[in-house]
Amino acid sequence: MDFTLNEEQEALRETVEQLVSKQYRTTEDRRRVTTQTPGFNEELWQQLAELGAFGLPFAEEIGGAGAGPIEVGIVAEQLGRALAPEPFVETVVLAGGLIAELGTAEQKEGLLGGIIAGEFQVAFAMHARGSRWQAAASGVAAQQIGGGWSLNGLKEPVRGGGQAQTLLVSATTPWGSGVFLVAAGAAGMEARDYRTHDGGRAAGVTFANTSAVLLGEPGVDAAPTIARVFDRARLAYAFEMLGILEVGLEDTVDYLKTRKQFGVPLSSFQALQHRAAELYVALEVTRSTILWAGMVLEAELAGDASADGASAITHACLQANRAARLIGQDTLQMHGGIGMTAEYSIGQRLSRLTAIKRAIGDSNVFRERLLLRLEDYASVDPLA
Amino acid sequence: MRYRLSAEDQKFRDECREFLQNNIPQELRDRVASHKELGREDFVTTQRILNANGLAVPGWPAEWGGRNWTSLQHHIWREELAANDVLSPLDFNTSMFGPVLAAFGSQEQKERYLPATANLDIWWSQGFSEPEAGSDLASLKTTAVLDGDHWVVNGSKIWTTLGQYGDWMFALIRTDPNAPKPQAGISFMIMDMTTPGITVRPIELIDGSHEVNEVFFDNVRVPVENVIGEVNKGWTYAKFLLSNERDGIGAVGYSKRTLARAKAEASNLGLLQDPEISRRFVELENELLGVELTALRVAGGAREGEPDPVSSVLKLRGSRLSQEVTELIVDLSGPGGIASGAGDDSSLPEWVRSAVPHYLNERKVTIYGGSDEIQRTIISRTILGM
Repeated sequence: MDFTLNEEQEALRETVEQLVSKQYRTTEDRRRVTTQTPGFNEELWQQLAELGAFGLPFAEEIGGAGAGPIEVGIVAEQLGRALAPEPFVETVVLAGGLIAELGTAEQKEGLLGGIIAGEFQVAFAMHARGSRWQAAASGVAAQQIGGGWSLNGLKEPVRGGGQAQTLLVSATTPWGSGVFLVAAGAAGMEARDYRTHDGGRAAGVTFANTSAVLLGEPGVDAAPTIARVFDRARLAYAFEMLGILEVGLEDTVDYLKTRKQFGVPLSSFQALQHRAAELYVALEVTRSTILWAGMVLEAELAGDASADGASAITHACLQANRAARLIGQDTLQMHGGIGMTAEYSIGQRLSRLTAIKRAIGDSNVFRERLLLRLEDYASVDPLA
Repeated sequence: MRYRLSAEDQKFRDECREFLQNNIPQELRDRVASHKELGREDFVTTQRILNANGLAVPGWPAEWGGRNWTSLQHHIWREELAANDVLSPLDFNTSMFGPVLAAFGSQEQKERYLPATANLDIWWSQGFSEPEAGSDLASLKTTAVLDGDHWVVNGSKIWTTLGQYGDWMFALIRTDPNAPKPQAGISFMIMDMTTPGITVRPIELIDGSHEVNEVFFDNVRVPVENVIGEVNKGWTYAKFLLSNERDGIGAVGYSKRTLARAKAEASNLGLLQDPEISRRFVELENELLGVELTALRVAGGAREGEPDPVSSVLKLRGSRLSQEVTELIVDLSGPGGIASGAGDDSSLPEWVRSAVPHYLNERKVTIYGGSDEIQRTIISRTILGM
């Protein structure tokens, strides 16, 4: 049992931190980027690609770095600290992960190379009306026509759906769920792009007899794979949340030390001291659980059959959601009125945390998963 | 990073488990499991078995019986004690007095007291809190005045846990009332509880138990050689002691064990079909996991002689969770929970009858060892710099 980063991981953390903090020094930097197209900093995106950040989770034989969820988490955490809008998790972990898991050799070569090089954007169209966070496809149906496929239906919201060159679309097929590739601008496809409250972009995407290519081979229900890859994205998002929360608490403590009311710094009030202490406790307990889940998933991906990545990720997301609510809300409250302004980042942090929670699923989703297995064991034992 | 136990640590864990199951009497472990009030002999029996096998004081320096275990191994050991319903060695001896004496005592004191402390030949009581000095411990008023080669002690201590069994007491006594800061005039002193002038008076607690006491000192003569370390440096030793104490309190092993039992009972009663109850189990398991992982993450972070502020995190969260576990069990007990006075001939099971007394008794854990409020102050000052 060892929670410390090794030297290479430390070096990765430092490098990403430097790159990201250089581009996002102030709240204004972020505002400028998010109000312009494509909604993220393309220079930073290229720098991260050159660093190899987008190849981290992929096998070396397909051009990746063969690293694990901890390395991915290190990048996501740093993006979270700076509240950077770069769609790292969506593009690399989620869309890239699906291609790596489901794609044919040819598809992997064609698509992953572009993702790893930072050259093109891929978005995963998963959610449909009423689908909540289920992995099984809904909202779009796929029909085989001749040697190809045709999609009909609606997906919304699709993160980055208006900017992506290629969309991955989950759709119902005769054998369950399938994932299909659709080129942006394909006939019958319409993406209505809009800004999201957290400074990101999303779209509602309709498909009307839109031709598509199946990702991978026919005849296999893709839902379990979607669930697995979605879980990895959830863990990466949890790392991003951790970064958002770390700086949120740091900023709040700094603010309390400098802001004076009644002639004294706010930090001299015990009500605020104790509240901040509770937030610190929540943050540290959450950090432990997220790091642990990263280690468990790493072991599972490395072939350790007894490592239960899904359960560990569920615990981590439940803890992260709770901490996000507590710390997100309380740090804003402790800033007072200024926290409500777009000029201060603390409110943007709550906004982004809320968006991530919409992406990974609310606490109920994770509690339900744990409830299903509640009677299968006596107690949760991380040393088992 | 590695989340697995190494083969070596796995073997260590198996050995701990096997030892405890084979050497600690089942009857005693059953009584621990059912939260029966335990007597002096139960502690003595357990600790002597452990000590005979070199396991009573693994955290002490090796020359006094310590094992040079890693922090992780200590964690595994505590978890195994809890998982197998074994009474932990008496904290006053092994986690509080022993480490202070080993760190700050004279060679002569160590030779005289440490072996007897490890074997529970001496039962130590803690004399820190006073009626007017609770969280504000440094304001304590029990005073010692030098008279030849003795200190003459007057005053009183309160909340002396299991003081009714105490052979000796380690106490914080004011030896310099004129020190510039209240902390600077306190000494760490030990005294034989049979010394004339000492009176122990029981305090009955809300669950009807007799666990704590008041202790009165009326011109008690304590030989000067009974001061540990330097005169007026007692506050430093007390801080060292309190951080060790908090580590122990933060351990979640007993809470996990209790929650697992409660889950089995709830399952038997079909109560896990109730979404609200099953949800509370899920939440508590998740929170206990978070605290345990944090304990594992910071294991080894403590600096010699300095309280590790993260021990406050563990104390704060761990003690609240242990209370929530007892509260859940009260809810599971249904109307039967009031039958706390019924004996073993009752139609209600033991866990139902003991639920409320245990819940009431557990309210203490967010108060002792530095209350929640004190822990929050420690975190906001030492970690957050507020």
